[in-house]
Amino acid sequence: MKKELTRQQYLDLYYYMRLNRAVEDTMVKLFRQNKIVGGLYSSLGQEAISVGTAYALEKKDWLAPMIRNIGALLVKGVPPRDVFMQHMAKYDSPTKGKDGTSHFGDLEKLHIVSPISMLGDLIPVMTGVAMAGRYLGQNIVTMTWIGDGGSSTGVFHEGLNFAATQKAPFVLILENNLWAYSTPVKRQVPLENLADRAKAYGISSYIVDGNDVVAVYSTAREAVERARAGEGPILIEAKSFRRLGHAQHDPAEYVPKEMRAYWEGRDPIALYEKFLMGERLLDTKGKKDVDEKIETLLAAEREFAENSPMPPPEFAETGVYCTGDECHKIRPKWERPISEVTPPKSSVKPVWTVEGFGSGKSAASTAIHFGDTKAALETETSDTDATTKTNGSKRAAKSPAKNSAKAGAASRATRKVKR
Amino acid sequence: MAEANGTQITFLEAIRQAMFEEMERDPAVVLLGEDVGVYGGAFKTSEGLLERFGWERVIDTPISESAIIGAACGMSYAGLRPIAELQFIDFIVCAFNQITNFVAKGHYLWNAPAPMVMRGPSGGGVHGGPFHSANPEMYFVHTPGLKVIYPSTPYDAKGLLKAAVRDNNPVLFFEHKFLYRRIRGEVPAEDYTVPIGKATVRREGQHLTIISYAAMMHTSLEAADALAKEGIEAEVIDLRTLLPLDEETILQSVRKTNRCLVVHEDTKTGGIAGEIAAILCEKAFGDLDGPLMRVTALDTPVPYAPPLEEYFLPNAKKVFDAAKELARY
Repeated sequence: MKKELTRQQYLDLYYYMRLNRAVEDTMVKLFRQNKIVGGLYSSLGQEAISVGTAYALEKKDWLAPMIRNIGALLVKGVPPRDVFMQHMAKYDSPTKGKDGTSHFGDLEKLHIVSPISMLGDLIPVMTGVAMAGRYLGQNIVTMTWIGDGGSSTGVFHEGLNFAATQKAPFVLILENNLWAYSTPVKRQVPLENLADRAKAYGISSYIVDGNDVVAVYSTAREAVERARAGEGPILIEAKSFRRLGHAQHDPAEYVPKEMRAYWEGRDPIALYEKFLMGERLLDTKGKKDVDEKIETLLAAEREFAENSPMPPPEFAETGVYCTGDECHKIRPKWERPISEVTPPKSSVKPVWTVEGFGSGKSAASTAIHFGDTKAALETETSDTDATTKTNGSKRAAKSPAKNSAKAGAASRATRKVKR
Repeated sequence: MAEANGTQITFLEAIRQAMFEEMERDPAVVLLGEDVGVYGGAFKTSEGLLERFGWERVIDTPISESAIIGAACGMSYAGLRPIAELQFIDFIVCAFNQITNFVAKGHYLWNAPAPMVMRGPSGGGVHGGPFHSANPEMYFVHTPGLKVIYPSTPYDAKGLLKAAVRDNNPVLFFEHKFLYRRIRGEVPAEDYTVPIGKATVRREGQHLTIISYAAMMHTSLEAADALAKEGIEAEVIDLRTLLPLDEETILQSVRKTNRCLVVHEDTKTGGIAGEIAAILCEKAFGDLDGPLMRVTALDTPVPYAPPLEEYFLPNAKKVFDAAKELARY
C-alpha cells in the first residue's frame, strides 16, 4: 500500500469498511433471528471494493450498487437503518416493503439508481444517466458494479459497447470474486483477466487487488477523473474472493477449504489496519473509538429499524403508475445554456463523413421499408376521393423539418379518416 | 380540434410531427435508436430531426435494443424525456427484460418514474415476414407499470404520441406500418394531445358493438359499412390505448347493443379479446344477448407468402361474417 492520501481520507476508508462489515454482521444476527424475511447476501472480504470505488466519486456523481455493494451505499450517505429496514421489509424502508436488500435508490438527493436482480441491466442504464449528465452539462460520472458472473450477460456487452461508442463518462467495476453462485470463474469465462473484456470495446481498463483498499481507491479515482475528462468509459477489474456462499442459505462447500483459508488470510480490513498502524495513522485508541462509534450508531439504527411496522397489506395495490406531478419531481438540471441544444445552434448537416472519401447524405425518400412502393400508393389512391394523384406523401414528409411542423403542406388525400 | 385550419397528413407524418414539435417544445426530449439520425429512420419517421436538433438529441445507436431501452431509462432518471425507437417493433422483445423488469417496475418499487416512450412500426399486411410483422402488444399489456398505445388515425397518433412524451410513465407506442402512408387524416394546426387510456366511438350503431384498434379499426369500419347495407348498424369502438383499458366506453356500448365482437390483428390466444370477454362476463353478463365473438389472426407466426399472410390476417369479410352471425342472437 502506497501512502498518498490525506489522513482523513485514510481514516474515512477505514471507517466505511468497518461500518460495511458491522452492518452486515448485524444483518447476519437479524437473519438468524428470522427478522430478515428474504435472502441475505454478503460482501465479507470484498468491502475494500465497494468502499474504495464509491469513495472516489463526488457528491454530484451517480452510482448504482449491486447486491454486494452495501459499502458503496454507506459511502454515498445511505443510513444503515435503510439497509436494515430493506432487508426486514419494513414500511419505513426506502421501498416501503415492496423490495428488499440493496434494491432501492434515491434519484433526487443521493443520485443512487436501484439495481434489479437481472445482472448487467444497470450498465446501459448508468450509460444513459452519464449521457444525460453530459447533455445537461453537469460534468458527472456514473458508476456501477458487475460480478465475474454478470459479465457474461448479453446486456453487459450491449451496454459497455454503447457506452464506448458514446464515450460516456461511466466507470464499471468488475468485481471478480471467483465464484458465480457455485460455478468457478474458469468455467464461465475463458480469460485470465476479465479486464481484457475492455479490449473488445476499445476502452481503457485496470486490474487492481480488490483486497487493498488504497489501491482500489487510487485506481478508481484515476478512472473517475479520466472518465470525467471525456476519455469515455473505463473498466476496472478488482480481484477478490467471495468468502461466504451465494447467500445465507449456501454453505459453499464447493469452494476448496484451502482457497477459503488463503483469502481469509488476506482480509481487507485486517490488512488495512496493519497498514494504518504501521504508518501511525491509527492506534489502539483510535480503533477503539471507531468500534464504539459504530456500535452506538448501529444500536440506534437497528432499534429504529426493528420498531418500524410492516406495510399495511393494501399498500400492495398502490404506486404502479405515477399519476399527477407529485410523483415525478425530477427536472432536468441544466448546467449549460439550453440554446446550445436548441435551434438554430443545434442544427447540423445530416451527413456521414468518411475520412478520405467525403460525405454522404440520406436522400429524402419516397420509399420506406416494406409495402410502400409507388405502385402500392397508386393502388391506394385509386379508391378515394382524392382529386390529385401526385405523390403527396413525399411533400408531406418533407415539410416540417424545413418549415416547422405547423406549415400547411397541400392536402393530397389518399384515404380520409374520421378522427 | 381540427377544423378549418387543419391539414390532411399521413399517419407517418403525424408521428414525425409529434416528435418534431415535442423536441421543439422541450429540450429535455431526445430521440435514440437505430438509423434514426442521418438516415431518418427505416420508415423516415425521424426525417429532418437530426438536421434541426443535432447529434446530441438525435442519437444513432448500435444494434443493441437492451442498451437503447436501458440508456433511455437512465436518461429519464436524470430528467430527460427520451423517445426510444425500435426500428421494427418485433425487436422490442430483445429488450424484454429491460422493459418489463427494469423500466416497468421502477415506480412501484422505489418511486422512480421513467418518463420515456418506446415506439416503433408494428403489424402485418405488408409482406414483412415473420420477424417484421409482429403485434407483440399483449406481452406488455400483461406488465403492470407500462402504458400501451396503439392508434389508428393520424389525429390520434399525433395527439397520443405527444401525450406519451409528456406522461410521467413509460409508454409503449405501436405504429401500425400498414397505416403509415395509406391513411391520411386531418390534424389541427395548433398543439393538442389525446388522453391516454380513453377509447373512442368511431361509428355509432345499435345492433352490435365491434371493438378494435390500429389497422383492424379500418377493417372494422369497412365491415360496418357493408353491414349497414344489410340493415345491421354496428357501433365501432377504437380502443386507442390497450393499457390502461377504457372499460367504461366498452361497457357503455355493450350495454346498449347487447352484442360484442372484438377484432384484432394480434393472434387469438392471449389477445385483448380474451380480456374484454372476461370484463364483460364480470360486469355486463346480464346485458349480453349472445356470446362474445372474436375475429383475430391465426395462432401461428406471421407467414410470408401473400396468400398465407392474407389467410392469416383478419379482413373485412371475416368481420362481416362474424358480425352477421352475432347479430342473429
